[in-house]
Amino acid sequence: MIPLSSYLVLSAVLFFIGVVGVLMRRSIIVVLLSIELMLNAVNINFVAFSHYLESITGQVFVFFTLTVAAAEVAVGLALLIAIYRNRRTVNVEELDVMKW
Amino acid sequence: MMEAMFIYLATVCVVCAVLTVTLRQPVYNVLSLLTLFFHVAGLYVLLNAEFLAVVQIIVYAGAILVLYLFVLMLLNVRTQSRHLHRQWPFAVLILGAVGAMLVGALHSGVWGSASGESTAAAIHEIGDTQAIGLRLYTDYLLPFEVASLVLLVAMIGAIVLTKKSLIDDHIDQIKE
Repeated sequence: MIPLSSYLVLSAVLFFIGVVGVLMRRSIIVVLLSIELMLNAVNINFVAFSHYLESITGQVFVFFTLTVAAAEVAVGLALLIAIYRNRRTVNVEELDVMKW
Repeated sequence: MMEAMFIYLATVCVVCAVLTVTLRQPVYNVLSLLTLFFHVAGLYVLLNAEFLAVVQIIVYAGAILVLYLFVLMLLNVRTQSRHLHRQWPFAVLILGAVGAMLVGALHSGVWGSASGESTAAAIHEIGDTQAIGLRLYTDYLLPFEVASLVLLVAMIGAIVLTKKSLIDDHIDQIKE
């Protein structure tokens, strides 16, 4: 039997790698992919807790996370296309119009 | 057997996650994330969540990542010479804080105890899909309907954002 903690450690490692991607990379595409990675890490946590705490609610929440992830990707990629069309770049450093 | 499967799946997941964040060609990033999603689906099967494993493959691998690949092909993004954000020393500070929080949360060990309301045997009896459906359409009916609204808003938003003529017409109207 695999202990719950090993799932939690795996999920924490994946989440941390996702945060690294969001904060350190310049390309918007990799930033969006890292957000997907973080959402998946959270989903692993939900399913693991659902299994070990014997409650199906965790799996229902994964369902909602999937919905939000799909919506996020649709809007995020639409924004990416709009930005690329206007600025000819996918580099987050160059998107500094609102920076004070 | 379960342990061997878990070690294999976890190792591939971590390797793929590192590749997703570090590789330089955007297409390779997407493909390594695709491999990661398949292995996460394997983890769900290990945790007796067969329905979510299938949904993971259909929605994440089938829809979301195909959308990413589609946009990548559409934009034809060139690879850049420099890949790290110029504020990376500041990012390292935040990463240290996030890492400390994660380690602290793992060490606390306050994880609750088994409620026993839907044990593996009980779920196995009625089936995973039925068990989720029963809970989703009774206790979580309102969030389910709100989720459909979220998807509708996202759909309209994506169309409005990407439709060039709409924005241009609006700008023209403002100029006039």
